[in-house]
Amino acid sequence: MYVLIVGAGKVGWNLARELIAKSHEVTVLESDPRRYAVVEEELEHSVHYGDGSELWVLERAGIERADLVIAVTGDDEDNILISQVAREKYGVSRVVARCNNPRNLEHFELLGVKPAISATDLILRLIEHEVPKYGLVHLLDLPEERLEIIELEVADDSEAAGKKVVDLGLPNGSLVISILRDGGGFVPTGESVVQANDEVLLVLDVGIEETVTELFTSRVAPAA
Amino acid sequence: MFVLIVGCGRVGSAIAHSMLAEGHEVSVLDEDPEAIALLDRRYSDGWEERGGRFTVGTALEIDALLAAGVDQADAFVASTDGDNTNLVVAQIAKRRFEVERVVVRVLDPHRARWYAEQGLQTVCPTQTAIELLEAAVRGQIRFEGVSG
Repeated sequence: MYVLIVGAGKVGWNLARELIAKSHEVTVLESDPRRYAVVEEELEHSVHYGDGSELWVLERAGIERADLVIAVTGDDEDNILISQVAREKYGVSRVVARCNNPRNLEHFELLGVKPAISATDLILRLIEHEVPKYGLVHLLDLPEERLEIIELEVADDSEAAGKKVVDLGLPNGSLVISILRDGGGFVPTGESVVQANDEVLLVLDVGIEETVTELFTSRVAPAA
Repeated sequence: MFVLIVGCGRVGSAIAHSMLAEGHEVSVLDEDPEAIALLDRRYSDGWEERGGRFTVGTALEIDALLAAGVDQADAFVASTDGDNTNLVVAQIAKRRFEVERVVVRVLDPHRARWYAEQGLQTVCPTQTAIELLEAAVRGQIRFEGVSG
């Protein structure tokens, strides 16, 4: 696979390393001469010096034959523009963009640049995952597919605590995919029993989150 | 009409001044609070005293665009010093806020041409300069003083 990466920052450089190690053909574009010199020491001919939002620089790097373009500069405007021309002008079928500022995500969506990945958002998810007692955590949203994967902590006095998965009364469009307990995890069967303080991972159709959450949270309304 | 100009440099401030002089409602957005000096210097009192609007904020911030009145704009000018910023914010104005008349300054002729083909009204000063200079070199035109 030929992968064109625009931006040799921490993300771009490390992605290039990983992809090269997996035997993919990779070109990285970097517009800052000092950064280019540093990265070139390791990546050699795989990194080109140039502004990746200049069309001729993209063309020189062979964007027309790229199977995947990854726009990971530090500027959201640049990432949007690069993704747009990659897909619409050069017909690249797979484009991934980095969104530096989560508030700009809506611009990526408006202009048809997807998937856009916001590291800040991902880090927030991880923090939510690591910090207990947070209740519901969105691990993954797949808006195109209208699915989401969530994590819930089973409260002591919830309806679900002590019940078999098959008896939980989960609504259609939801499935328990994993139970995390005592530092480990397993994929449950219908006969597996959900215990208090388990963390339960579910895949859901969009829109039924509330119904599902009620089963796993405390039946007593929390004091305000 | 109501004109919103994003990017208050030499180009943006000059357009703002002309539009205000023609009696239009003019709002200018720039990330640099000092940029209003380019507007103020044309008047004995000041830009805002003459009825012009000035908002500090970056082009891609929706809140800043709204504060500058993008949802009421009849015309939108993207004239920051960044081609990509101009191209992105112009598309936001057009697609999200449905501004009727959107014009974009793009210095790079290649990007200007491609986005023009996609339906954006782009102005490329570089291309204009190239054409004028070439014509002057060939002797096809001759100008006294500053042209363009």
